[in-house]
Amino acid sequence: MEDEVVLLDFWPSSFAMRVKIALGEKGIKYKCKQEDLFNKSTLLLEMNPIHKKIPVLIHNGKPISESLIILQYIDQVWNHKSPLLPSDPYQRSQALFWADYIDKKIYGVGRRVWMGKEDQEEAKEELMQCLKTLERELGDKLYFGGQNIGVVDVALVPFTTWFYSYETYGNFSIETGCPKLVAWAKRCKENYRSVSEALPHPLQIYEYVMELKKRLGL
Amino acid sequence: VSTQAISDVVFIFISASEAGTSQHNIYIKTAQICGCERKGDMAESNVKVLGTWASPFVMRVKIALHLKSVRYEDVEEDLLAPKSELLLKSNPVYKKIPVFFHAHNPICESLIILQYIDEVWTTSASSILPSDPYERSQSRFWAAYVDDKFFPALRRLLIGATEEDKKAALAEVVEGTVVLEGAFGELSKGKAFFGGDNIGFVDIALGSLLGWIEVIGKQCETKLVSEAKTPRLVQWADCFSAHEAVKDVLPDVDKLADFGLKLRAKILKALAPTN
Repeated sequence: MEDEVVLLDFWPSSFAMRVKIALGEKGIKYKCKQEDLFNKSTLLLEMNPIHKKIPVLIHNGKPISESLIILQYIDQVWNHKSPLLPSDPYQRSQALFWADYIDKKIYGVGRRVWMGKEDQEEAKEELMQCLKTLERELGDKLYFGGQNIGVVDVALVPFTTWFYSYETYGNFSIETGCPKLVAWAKRCKENYRSVSEALPHPLQIYEYVMELKKRLGL
Repeated sequence: VSTQAISDVVFIFISASEAGTSQHNIYIKTAQICGCERKGDMAESNVKVLGTWASPFVMRVKIALHLKSVRYEDVEEDLLAPKSELLLKSNPVYKKIPVFFHAHNPICESLIILQYIDEVWTTSASSILPSDPYERSQSRFWAAYVDDKFFPALRRLLIGATEEDKKAALAEVVEGTVVLEGAFGELSKGKAFFGGDNIGFVDIALGSLLGWIEVIGKQCETKLVSEAKTPRLVQWADCFSAHEAVKDVLPDVDKLADFGLKLRAKILKALAPTN
């Protein structure tokens, strides 16, 4: 029986991009369904009734939600190539720690930056602190995963398409504060087709943010 | 107590419940060899837990170690006192307990620690996470739900300053229990635990909160896990609390209530606007 893999997607979502990179790395064929988050489909509400969020991976009819959980699922099921997680339990715990850190820190803070409200300055500082912490963690490695990309790279790289938007709305430069991180992002896109194909152009994200802000009345 | 002195593996469980709030003072009193004299214990050197008896996140780790019959050194942190150097050094990112040390390697974040323990100690009959990838993903999903949705609502209920705050938080918590009742139905497949016949990942994630759930419920004069709305969870809670690996870890409710008042006062003081 051939596998049926469907991804409920929303193209600007960094969380959805993670899943696309993983599916790309593993060479998995899948159907991509775009969701309108202001008008959620019956399928989405059925497949993720608890959070009603994307991404949702539907594998042979069974839904999996939460991007890091989806990544671990993909890694376990399609374990024939491109491992996303280290095999050593301690290394694995560290990779999961940093992926979880990215989950806790980047999205919310980044949002406060582009929203541009009273807490923007505070958010900019927080964002830079987080990115610097991640840059320190990267160190001199090519990728967070070492010689190849791993779950931490996959978790973080999508947010780099949002950097231009953060910088423009926040009026600051991420490259100035974190040159190594920016170089790492470039490296990911240049060396991994799964990454370059999953990530929209930063200007597309910027246009999306502009539209979203209008819609939110900001 | 110098950091150097406690340089070997110490599991430090730092309450993740302290996450997001301001200064949490933790003071390492003394390293005590945990009196976990259990039958069939494997003597494990360099396995330590740094945490506190009151933290549900610390409890998770201890339950997992008990399930695996792993002996550990228990280092108690005082959440009402200054943060220790060791804590700050071993968890510089979050500065919270639990921190788990195995052979000098620190691991933070309770659910990540649980997965680590499950992967390293595989000789025991009890597997914490299911081996089937889909079931594994479901266990992770529900444990994440407990941490990302249920626990924050519970915490808001504990520290709610106004009647309005408390009312809103209570509604969220009760809704959460109903959702979890549904999850129990799905995951348990008619057995006693979320993990089926044995205690698993979700049991530990949620069960570790039972002491606090009771304390906070008493404070609000409501049973948060009620027979009316969540009969299966009520039964599950009894089974879980009575389990061999759990019963010595869940704290005395009165002791916890007393601690809860002190913690609440401390948190509210820290959150209060300064003049």
